[in-house]
Amino acid sequence: MAASLTFDSVTKRYDTTEALAGIDLTIEAGSFVALVGASGSGKSTLLKTINRLVEPTTGRVLLDDEDVTTRDATAMRRQMGYVFQRIGLFPHMRVGENIAIGPRLVGDNLSRERIGELLELVDLDPAMASRLPEELSGGQQQRVGVARALAGDPDLLLMDEPFGALDPVTRDALGTRVRDLHDRLELTTLMVTHDMAEALILADRVLVMDAGKIVADETPQALASGGGGEVAQGLVAVPRHQAERLKELER
Amino acid sequence: MSGVWTALMGLGGVLAQHVILAACAIGLGIAVALPLAVWASRSQAVSRAALGFASLVQTIPALALLALFFPILLSLRAVFGEDLPTLGFLPALLALALYALLPILRNAVTAQANLDPGVIEAADGVGMNFWQRLRLVEAPLTAPYIMAGIRTAAVWTIGAATLSTTIGQPSLGDPIFAGLQTQNWSLVLAGCIASAGLAIIADALLGTIEAGFRHRDRRLWLGGAIAVAIGVAAAFVSQVDWSRDDGRDTVVIGTKQFSEQLILGRLVGAQLEQAGYNVEYREGLGSAVVAQAVADGSIDLYFDYTGTIWANQMKRTDNPGRDAMYDAIRKWEREVQGSRVLGKLGFENAYAFAMREDRADELGIRTIEDLARAAPRLVAGGDPEWFERPEWFAVRDAYGLKFANQRNFSPTFMYDALRSSEADVITAYTSDGRIAADRLRVLEDPREALPSYDTLIILSPERANDERLINALRPLLGTINVEAMREANFSVDRTDGEKKTPQEAARWLAEEVGLE
Repeated sequence: MAASLTFDSVTKRYDTTEALAGIDLTIEAGSFVALVGASGSGKSTLLKTINRLVEPTTGRVLLDDEDVTTRDATAMRRQMGYVFQRIGLFPHMRVGENIAIGPRLVGDNLSRERIGELLELVDLDPAMASRLPEELSGGQQQRVGVARALAGDPDLLLMDEPFGALDPVTRDALGTRVRDLHDRLELTTLMVTHDMAEALILADRVLVMDAGKIVADETPQALASGGGGEVAQGLVAVPRHQAERLKELER
Repeated sequence: MSGVWTALMGLGGVLAQHVILAACAIGLGIAVALPLAVWASRSQAVSRAALGFASLVQTIPALALLALFFPILLSLRAVFGEDLPTLGFLPALLALALYALLPILRNAVTAQANLDPGVIEAADGVGMNFWQRLRLVEAPLTAPYIMAGIRTAAVWTIGAATLSTTIGQPSLGDPIFAGLQTQNWSLVLAGCIASAGLAIIADALLGTIEAGFRHRDRRLWLGGAIAVAIGVAAAFVSQVDWSRDDGRDTVVIGTKQFSEQLILGRLVGAQLEQAGYNVEYREGLGSAVVAQAVADGSIDLYFDYTGTIWANQMKRTDNPGRDAMYDAIRKWEREVQGSRVLGKLGFENAYAFAMREDRADELGIRTIEDLARAAPRLVAGGDPEWFERPEWFAVRDAYGLKFANQRNFSPTFMYDALRSSEADVITAYTSDGRIAADRLRVLEDPREALPSYDTLIILSPERANDERLINALRPLLGTINVEAMREANFSVDRTDGEKKTPQEAARWLAEEVGLE
């Protein structure tokens, strides 16, 4: 059962800067939402208010109509998948142990078969379970990161610039794989990215953030056909321009 | 070299004590440093305060830190009661543990601060709570660095533990201090070799554990840990007294750091053993420490000199004459300290100015009055206390002494300084054998500015009315004349082949004065 999310007047203030300037938003169960914006626009901060790595200054975040602050943060995080740019595999644990860590925290031991299954979900050889993270390429490491996020059978997948450090080919392949898993496992997925092309291709709904506010909330189709306003179109212009240049080269 | 070898073979007991002391201090250091490091990793303020404090402690010389725990523990008796020991194992343990704190704490805090932030974010992100994050992520990743800190702490602590001899805790410092005092270089060398060897072995074993953590090689770190555990356990086992309790009363004799005190300690110890007592020695205690130690019962008896008690403890600067001073001291010890002055041993060990015969002739000096005239051109040498003592101020003011330069020497090196002309005149001790051996001239004191220094036996308050002990000690009173004491002192201080240990000299002295 996928999860739904509601943000109710959420603000976050650090000393002088306002990272979130009053966010009201509802995300339906089962949607794949991309949060796009420049660095410092508040998109990561907004994502982290969900798993309480960031506590809002004011306002509430509701997960399935329940205020996240009323729940135990660690217990709640174990039911969410979290993938982020720095990957953060535990260097002293083998790949299999890394994947099984979430269930282990609540006393469940994942079977070898299950770990193998999870590795296959992200297109990795099950034999990799016995390797150490340092023996893997960056792309392989982030695939393990995704497998780790899925190990606890989450309803909600949070991704913070998940493919930011990967080469373009890996990035494209893994992005497609994650979209595929989103559909297959019936997840609600939130992905923070600064890459509008990635957002347009993978998401059902694109939110554009600027200076702590949501300035556009559109489908990829609407953005592609010029909707969403100035900031959003500024971001859409980049891949559009690239595509046009490519087309010109083909002639 | 065979002397060093023989000395090394005799170090088993103090080696074990040294291992126990260092291991306990490092253990305590770890037990305090690690929780503190965890706390510091969660709070910048705690991190700064803890590291600041540990660095501050580190700037205090180890010897001073050890000495400081004596008054600290003494004042803590108000809280913990009179049974709190102020000398020996406890203060040594506390001072060394404090010393071990910094490297462990610093490495732990640094390792924690340098953890990959991505790993910490992941730990939180997968839903680890405080303890899970500590146990599953932070501890294994910082372990090699913490182990490196423990290694540094171990090497420091093993070295600094030699200084605990000065506060009455047996350690590998015992042979070093005793050898330094009696110029027995084999003993000094043996103590240094044993202490350095121990540090090297500890460093290697802890280094093995560190490498095991670093390479996540369980066999390696477990092997290292087991070897350390066996070593420490062996030290403990060797110190267990397997003999059944023989019901004999144990008397603890304290002595100061110079030969005469060591000889007297052994002389009295032998007498008490004959009388059916077990005897323990706390040798090489500081002058102020030993006096306080007898008053609080950490030791049962010690030897002191009337002039020392008069000036150091009673803070008197007048000189009422020998008998009046003695009576006042007996009264003061009884009423203020609760200790008992049992009586005089028979000889005096007073301060006196001494010069080389040839130099004194050349300058025409026979008395301190003559000395005062020549003083502006002369260098005076004294033991580390002398130029701070009221006797010095008294004699200085009585004769108007003003030297060109004043230098401090350890009592042993003072005579060498005279021989090598680094000093023209020294404050010698009248019972010192080297006065006769070096044919030194002792300057007369026509104005009687220097007080008397009769040697006393002083008993702790608990022993003040112990008739059995008093009867065993009484035959010693008044038996030791200054000539015999000088010869005994010289037999220990001499550096040629005739050199004796304090124990041998004590045996000779007992025979000489007819005690056997």
